[in-house]
Amino acid sequence: MLLIPCPWCGPRDETEFSCGGEGHIPRPADPAALTDPEWADYLFMRKNPKGVHTERWVHSQGCRRWFNVARHTVSHEILAVYKMGEPPPETGADSKQNRT
Amino acid sequence: MSPQRHRLAAGGRIDRSRPLNFTFNGRRFEGYAGDTLASALIANGVTPVARSFKYHRPRGIVGAGAEEPNAIVQLETGARTQPNQRATRVELYDGLTAASVNCWPSVNFDLGAVNNLLKRLLPAGFYYKTFMWPPGFWMRYEYFIRRAAGLGKAPAAPDPDRYDKMHCHADVLVVGGGPSGLAAALAAGRTGARVILADGQNEFGGALLDGGAEIDGGPALDWVAAAVAELEAMAEVRLLPRATVAGYYDHNYLTIVERVTDHLGAAAPANLPRQRLWKVRAGQVVLATGSVERPLVFADNDRPGIMLASAAATYVNRYAAKPGSRAVVFTNNDSAYRVALDLAEAGIEVAAVVDPRPEPEGPLPARTRARGIEVLGGQAVVAAHGGGRVAAVEVMGLDQAGGGVIGESRRVRCDLVCVSGGWNPTVHLFSQSGGRLRYDDALAGFVPDRSAQAERSVGAAAGTFALADCLARGFEAGLEAAAEAGFRRKGRSRRAPKAPAQEEAPLRPFWVVPSTVARGRGTKHFIDLQNDVTVADVALAVREGYRSAEHLKRYTTMGMGTDQGKIGNVTGLAVLSELVDADIPSVGTTTFRPPYTPVGFGLLAGREVGALADPVRKTAIHRWHEDRGAAFEDVGQWKRPWYFPRAGESMHDAVNRECLAVRNSVGVMDASTLGKIDIQGPDALRLLNWVYTNAWDNLKIGRCRYGLMLGEDGMVMDDGVTTRLAEHHYLMTTTTGGAAGVLAWLEMWLQTEWLDLKVHLTSVTEHWATVAVAGPRARELLSALTSDIDLSAKAFPFMSMRAGTVAGVPARVFRISFTGELSFEINVPASYGMAVWNAVMMAGEKYGVTPFGTEAMHILRAEKGYIIVGDETDGTTTPGDVGMDWIVSKKKPDFIGKRSLSRPDTAREGRKQLVGLLTQDPKEVLPEGGQIVAEPEKKPPMKMIGHVTSSYWSASLGRSIALALVYGGHKRHGETVHVPLIGKTVSAVVSEPRFYDPEGVRLRG
Ligand SMILES: [Zn+2]
Repeated sequence: MLLIPCPWCGPRDETEFSCGGEGHIPRPADPAALTDPEWADYLFMRKNPKGVHTERWVHSQGCRRWFNVARHTVSHEILAVYKMGEPPPETGADSKQNRT
Repeated sequence: MSPQRHRLAAGGRIDRSRPLNFTFNGRRFEGYAGDTLASALIANGVTPVARSFKYHRPRGIVGAGAEEPNAIVQLETGARTQPNQRATRVELYDGLTAASVNCWPSVNFDLGAVNNLLKRLLPAGFYYKTFMWPPGFWMRYEYFIRRAAGLGKAPAAPDPDRYDKMHCHADVLVVGGGPSGLAAALAAGRTGARVILADGQNEFGGALLDGGAEIDGGPALDWVAAAVAELEAMAEVRLLPRATVAGYYDHNYLTIVERVTDHLGAAAPANLPRQRLWKVRAGQVVLATGSVERPLVFADNDRPGIMLASAAATYVNRYAAKPGSRAVVFTNNDSAYRVALDLAEAGIEVAAVVDPRPEPEGPLPARTRARGIEVLGGQAVVAAHGGGRVAAVEVMGLDQAGGGVIGESRRVRCDLVCVSGGWNPTVHLFSQSGGRLRYDDALAGFVPDRSAQAERSVGAAAGTFALADCLARGFEAGLEAAAEAGFRRKGRSRRAPKAPAQEEAPLRPFWVVPSTVARGRGTKHFIDLQNDVTVADVALAVREGYRSAEHLKRYTTMGMGTDQGKIGNVTGLAVLSELVDADIPSVGTTTFRPPYTPVGFGLLAGREVGALADPVRKTAIHRWHEDRGAAFEDVGQWKRPWYFPRAGESMHDAVNRECLAVRNSVGVMDASTLGKIDIQGPDALRLLNWVYTNAWDNLKIGRCRYGLMLGEDGMVMDDGVTTRLAEHHYLMTTTTGGAAGVLAWLEMWLQTEWLDLKVHLTSVTEHWATVAVAGPRARELLSALTSDIDLSAKAFPFMSMRAGTVAGVPARVFRISFTGELSFEINVPASYGMAVWNAVMMAGEKYGVTPFGTEAMHILRAEKGYIIVGDETDGTTTPGDVGMDWIVSKKKPDFIGKRSLSRPDTAREGRKQLVGLLTQDPKEVLPEGGQIVAEPEKKPPMKMIGHVTSSYWSASLGRSIALALVYGGHKRHGETVHVPLIGKTVSAVVSEPRFYDPEGVRLRG
């Protein structure tokens, strides 16, 4: 079970949280202008990397706030947590990826 | 009762002043406090103790710990019965009852032994082959196989015992209370760190419990006692005996199974749980999990009386139980020489020590020879003989490479064979933690290499076997772990415990003894005793192309028993590597998974069973419903009145009466469970426009509007009525089951996408009680209860809200309708709910006001063709599919789900669309979920064109009605379709999905 550092509540068990999938996928400003494949890409396609993944979590059994997590999908190491709207921090993603 | 004829006269850690009675396979025996079931069976000379899984061969006890593959018992009977218990880990208590598994009809005469005669028919991959060919044969085999195979029976009655869960944190968790673990716990504990020391046995000491060793110049067990006393005195240290660490998960999260009263049987105090499940988040972990001896494989090496050398020593030294009277020790390393000496010391004749190493030298072989025990170097036990229990072994010389036998074979009479093929560090938890293993050539086994978590392995678990090194390394690891957790050594901490050095010669890696006859012909070389996997099975699997360790495991089931191959796995990998001509490290290991030893479901469930399995939510008016004998329906976690039967009424009668009351007079329903979200802020309107399909700009204060919510994929997600209470203040209602999900959905968008919107959401579902008054006389009824709300159609039109007082209570009254009748939903603070409900009932008496439940509500809304999200929609349904294009704004540039509605698949013709169904026989009520076909065939398969989503008897219409999703349904009105059922086919005409007052005259009245 992951120990997730909620930016507002501190480290808590994974069971208090829900994962909202890959982060940094902004909703297109004008969906009507997108082709069907472009819209499908926004709607369905996700990276699913082996390595560092930036994803959204919500502390659903706690403060109910959403935030971003950079998590290594193999080691499950949490490299960073940061607030919504903030850019992903430097996590040394490349070197971490090589670790696998 | 038989005497304990195999009990040694003296010694052991048993309490001879406390005899205990127990029953095994229907026979009564006696043992002593301190025994395990296994040691008590050995002390009573009971053999065999089990039948093997596939061939039903007689089996004896092989180990003395968690690794035991054979002595698996069904413990106790009735509701408390537990399958799958290792006799080696069951502490004896008075009155214990156990039985062998896999024995049908009995352990001594076994029909399943037929399997042994048919063994050529049960090769590796048997199950898969049976599934594959010939078709249908599996069904015929199954009965026999299920009956003859299996490891015990699950209890049929509810578990009467209580189980607890404990959540805690530790700076340092030490797993294993042997010399390494105790030293680590002492070192860490002395720094003041919070330490948990967990050990699976009833007392601490691990291998030291076998006696003989020396620490700090005295008996090792004196040191153990002092260490435990010192740890017990430390405020921050928690000692958990009888506690098996079962799982090692991410971020140093470990689970521990503590058997609190299992060892007490009927004497267990009622205030204690049977077991506790500890969930520990540890800063640092020290794995001192020890090692498990492995066997050497020879022909018929599964005969009772053949056991691990270390186990024989444990039975003799710790339990004063004689596993045999004339032993042969077969070992490729020095450790079993100590066993030979211990056996001799206990008065057991040791016929020979057989050692594949050409010239066993060094202190231990020398002491063995000096004791008068014959040491046969460069030789091996090639086969065991005996009808049931082993009666003799055959010993032959080995050639230089160990690949063949030479010379004459010699038969040595014995009833006990103590085998040691070396030691496998217990790396299960280390591997579960994600750590990488390394093959150690000197050890011929896998040891921890690279950690993935804040953890370190010490002692035998790390491949360190000398006691002096275990103590030193354990102590050092305890200090390191504490330091990393932020605790430094205090002042001049005492030094690490010391033990005299021992000299041992290296082992000779050796796995399967070569044989004069082809393997698998007449004899069997067992690798995995629990799952009956032999060397021949592995060879067959390799011939059939299963060359990877993971494939081999699944095909042969090697290591897939409840013991997870603790004894045989590395041997199996060695055999595989030989057969595919690769070295062992490149063959690799299979995956170690939690739990380390089996865990009962009762423990995992804990207290969350029965009424506590899930929270129950009740409305403020619940008590009234109960008193009136309502039948309840679960909607999410809510208990909702389903219908209110009167004396002698069937459900059908009651529901018909309730429906007619609403249509003809007035009914009242508790609608408190509908989700309510209070929305406030200057951007509330923008939020509504984003999440609903329709436009909200022109909604006036005090007016209500129905809204449909879509997922971004364009599919219907929820619906409800939202009311504008003030300029920047709205109240949204959701479906009962969807309330939490909708709130989370809105929050997600606000927090992740529209961070600039100034709007706050609050769940107020439970703050309000909602009393819905519906029916043509609703206005008359309500007018008796309020003087400050003008109820006239003109002053208070449909889809509007008025605040005032009802029955003297401040209320919001909503004129909305889910039944199609004139309807008022009175919302009052929940604490007034019961009072207002009672007032409504009293005021309604003269109209025959009728409480109605969810069933009547569902029928009334179906008559109107109103959808229920989750019935008429299923996550693949668009607004257009359910005929609700009218609510999808064409003008709004964007809303959640809009873009998806023009995707080719969502926009195409002929999707499953909502229609009404009128059965040709009006009395016939279709089953919900019924599949619809255009052309019925004599038998399936038939082309299905849709399914029935809702179906009822409509008392108002005097006929059945149904809603259905049918491909291209909107263009099928008037067509006849068919619903094939068992024994009959029902025909129905497709219609508009509106059966009652389609113009909506009544609800606007
Ligand atoms: Zn939080």
